[in-house]
This record gives sequence, structure tokens and C-alpha cells, in this order.
Amino acid sequence: MNHWLIAPLLLPLLAGMLILLLVGRRGVQRAVSIGATAGLLPIAILLVCFAGDDQFGVYQLGNWPAPFGIVLVLDRLSALMLLLTAVLALLVVLYAVNGDDKRGRDFHVLFQLQLLGINGAFLTGDLFNLFVFFEILLIASYGLALHGAGPERTKAGLHYVVLNLIGSSLFLIGVGILYAVTGTLNMADLAVKVAASAPENATLLRASALLLLAVFGLKAALLPLHLWLPALYGNAVAPVAALFAIMTKVGVYAILRTYTLIFPADGAIADVGAWLLPLALLTLAVGAVGVLGSQRLRVLVAYLVVVSVGTLMAGIGLFNVGGISAALYYLPHTTLVGAGLFLLADLIARQRGIHGDHFVIGPPLAQPTQLGALFFLGAVAAAGLPPLSGFIGKLLLLRAVAPEQAAWLWGIVLVGSLAALIALSRAGSRIFWKTEGDRAVAGQASLAHLAPTALLLAMSIAMTVFAAPITRYAEATAVQLLTPQQYIAAVLGVQR
Amino acid sequence: MEALAALTLAVLVTCGVYLVLRARTFPVVLGLSLLSYAVNLFLFFTGRLVTGAPPLAGGALPTADPLPQALVLTAIVIGFGMTAFVVILALRARGELGNDHVDGKGDGQ
Repeated sequence: MNHWLIAPLLLPLLAGMLILLLVGRRGVQRAVSIGATAGLLPIAILLVCFAGDDQFGVYQLGNWPAPFGIVLVLDRLSALMLLLTAVLALLVVLYAVNGDDKRGRDFHVLFQLQLLGINGAFLTGDLFNLFVFFEILLIASYGLALHGAGPERTKAGLHYVVLNLIGSSLFLIGVGILYAVTGTLNMADLAVKVAASAPENATLLRASALLLLAVFGLKAALLPLHLWLPALYGNAVAPVAALFAIMTKVGVYAILRTYTLIFPADGAIADVGAWLLPLALLTLAVGAVGVLGSQRLRVLVAYLVVVSVGTLMAGIGLFNVGGISAALYYLPHTTLVGAGLFLLADLIARQRGIHGDHFVIGPPLAQPTQLGALFFLGAVAAAGLPPLSGFIGKLLLLRAVAPEQAAWLWGIVLVGSLAALIALSRAGSRIFWKTEGDRAVAGQASLAHLAPTALLLAMSIAMTVFAAPITRYAEATAVQLLTPQQYIAAVLGVQR
Repeated sequence: MEALAALTLAVLVTCGVYLVLRARTFPVVLGLSLLSYAVNLFLFFTGRLVTGAPPLAGGALPTADPLPQALVLTAIVIGFGMTAFVVILALRARGELGNDHVDGKGDGQ
């Protein structure tokens, strides 16, 4: 069992290297890429089953015992994130092989290395190793963001790269301070050492905690560090934008991990976590304004991602079982639906010729019924209307909040949903109903394009049907996160 | 020696931040390099400033911490690769956008 833990890292790494060797043989490259991505799915399901019994998987790299060596740690949260990544990546790569991977070089290599970075960030139990996996996923994402070229992509990519390089510097400073104070980088050991640190080190630890919050906030697109996101996601090639739906969640994951394990709300550095809730609500409000003001469907969906980050962080910022489990139910929903909407926007843009996804009067679509039904499904799920999973997630969040914070949170979450509803209705009526001419200008989308898009959006229906087991899993995960003693014992207990 | 180390870091970070906030890509790249130098030095200093001490097994003697040096090596390699990437990206932006401003808008616009 134990060795399966490293499979989510080895599989994309080896596949990426193999694809690099198969240069010029696109058919084989595609087959390897699809095969490796599909292979992640059974592994992730296996790991979820393992973690679902409240067990911790600890994998000591090089057989060095923690805290001296680097460990991979599997708990409920990382298993959930791995499964989500596997589902998303498989559907995205199935969409990409229809031609988007030909628009630049080495799409599949970068795609697999991106998966390596994402899976590694979810699994690692070492803070410096987290930095390394962040860099792997970032440098792959730089390549993917520029896939397909064009001035708009280059401009957005330049901003993204420079911001993230500064973020990496801050990350290293934060990690360096933590190491200087505690003399360890293992997350479980850090949790023990930070809790037992001398009072004169509290200022240094607070500086480190705030620096890490800034870095993870940049990855998660938390206000005021969200400005890079709409341009980048709005201009990237559709499958890349869809895969990037998980990238902001890596930042959310890192915040959730760090501020429940290393700097818990009841620990020595409690006041840093208190920043989360106000920042989250501001992110939600600004994202909602962006949703209303968007001139293009892709940018609208990108702002929906910002809104979803705000909603997630609001749940996490409550630091109670209800809030975190609501966020953990909402997280897969918003990732999959967001990715589905990016792909759908691409299909719509292809059928509108030169008008693309701009909200202007254009020709009728070639498949108004199919795309319209998908858009309706995605819009209902994204805006959080009953009966789909967005509604359940938001309801769980609203129920979790304490009465004294309720006025702010209820108001902003509900107004945010209303803004999304208005913007999506306007977008839908502009694109599907307000058309000129009676003939479609482009051909119909193939089933190979439609099926991954439809499956991503249909995940919302599946999450509604299986809401009970998913909420149970999310609740158990929240309990596990809020009692970090289990995690610490599992990691540090291995050596005894 | 601590004062000198702190002063070096302060000068590097100040220059780095100033250059990163410039409007053209070349100073921004230089600023990123200075920032990464400062970060590498900082990581190196987190093992405390001791000279002539053995690594690890010192018994009662003061010891030099070897781990920050390993961290610095990793950070240098990553920083080097990233700087090379951002230089190429800046060149491509110069070619595609027609100017070297970070917002892609030249002086005349």
C-alpha cells in the first residue's frame, strides 16, 4: 500500500520524460499523455479509499525518518485534492487532443510536469519541498500560459511570471525565517516547534506567517493579489485555462494546511488567520463587480474563479468544522464547473466567428440547443441556484457562520450570487438569443469536444446526487484538519 | 559581522524592489535578480554566522549548519532557471508588443 503514495508523482514525471523523447510523433505523444493522466484516476481513488478510513500515509523519501528527511504525507485533504486533480486533468487532456495541443510546442510535456507539480504540492509534508513543487508547477504553467502565442498572452504571461518570481522570493524569506527560528522544515515538526517557541521569537514567527499568507494569497488570487488572474485566464488557450482552475486551489490548499497545522487559530500566532475572513469577503465583493463588468465570456468565467476563491476562503476563515467542510464541498464543485465553463466558452467562441466570446450581437450558433443547455447547466451551478451543488455548498457555508459574523457573510455571499446570476443571464441572452443573420458561420462542435465539456459540467449534478457521502467526507476532513495532533503523531511517530 | 550582513541584505532588497517597480522590462529583470541574490544570502545567513566551525558533529563546540547551504543551492538553481526564462519572455514581449514597457504600451500611446 505504502508505495502507491509516490505514484501520483512518478507517473506524470515519467510520462513527461517519455513524451519529450517522442518528439514529432504526435499520435503516440497523445496516447501516452491520455494514458498517464487516466492512470492517475484509479491511483487517486485508491488513495481516497485509504485516507477515508482516517489513516495517514507517510512515505519517507530515501528512508530518512522525519523530521530529518523529506516525507510525503497523505491525509483526507490531500487525497481529496489528488482525486479532484485527476478527474479534472483527464477531462481537460481529452479536450486538448482535439487540436489545441497543436497550437504550440510540447503541450503534453508541460501538462504532465504541471500535474507533477500540483500532485507534489498536495502530497509533500515539508515546507521547502512545497516551495520546490510550487516552482515546478509554476514553470510548467508559464509555458502553458504562453501556449499558442499572441501579444495578449505574452503580456498577461509576463505579468504572471514577474509576480510569481517576486512571490517565490517572499516564500523563501518566509521559509528562511521559520528555519532560523525553529531549525526544522518538516511541517509536523514545525507545528510542534512553533507551538513551543519562546515568546521573544513571536514577532519573527508572525512575520513569517504573514509572508507565507501573502505568497499563498498570490497563488490563490486573494485580494489585493488577484489582478493577474482575469487577464491570464481570459487569454490562455481553453484547456490551459480549464486546468488552471485547480491552480488557485493549490494556494487555497496551502493556506488551509499552513493555518491549521503550523499556525493554528488557537496557537501562538493566532492573529494571522484572523486576516482571512475580511480578505475573503473583499475578494468576493470585488470579484462580483468584475463579473458584472466583464465584456467577454472568458473574462467573466475568470472573475467567477475569483468569486469562488473568496467563497472558499470565507469558509476556511471561519476555522470551524462547518466552515471548512462547506469549503471542502464547494472546492471540487467550483473547480470542475469553472473548468467546464472555460471549455464551453471556447466552444461558443468557435461558433461565433470573428465575434468570439465578446458580448456583442453576433451570428447564431451552429448548435444553440446543445450549447445552450450546457450553458444553462453551468450557469445554474456557478451562480449557486437550487438544485445543483453550488447551492448546497453555499447553504453549508451560510449555516456554518456564527450569528455575530452572519450579517456580513450572508450579505456579501448572497449579493455575490445575485451578481453572478445577473451577469450570466445577460451573457446567455446576448449570446444565444440576440443574434443577427439566420445562418451559422461555423461548423458544429464534434462529440470529442462536447463530451469532456458536458462531463465537467455534469459533475455538478453528480455532486448533488452524492451530496451526502461527499459532505460526510468533507466533515471528517475538517475534523481531521482541526485536530492536527493526529497529523503530527502520524508523521513524527514513524521513527519510533 | 551581523550588522554587515543585515546592511548588505537591506541594500540588495531596496535596489531590487526599486528596480522591480520600474516600467521597462530590463530593469525589472535586474531587480528580480537582485531580489533573488538577497534571498539566497538571507537563506545562507539563517544557519547563523559562524566561521571555522565544523559542520554537524561538534559536540560542545559551536557548529556550522549545513542545511541552509543545501537550501541555497536549490534556490540558486531555481532562481537561475527562472531568470533565464524571464529574460527570454521579456525579449519575446519586446518583439510581439513592439516596445519594452511592462504594460505593453509604448511612450506614444
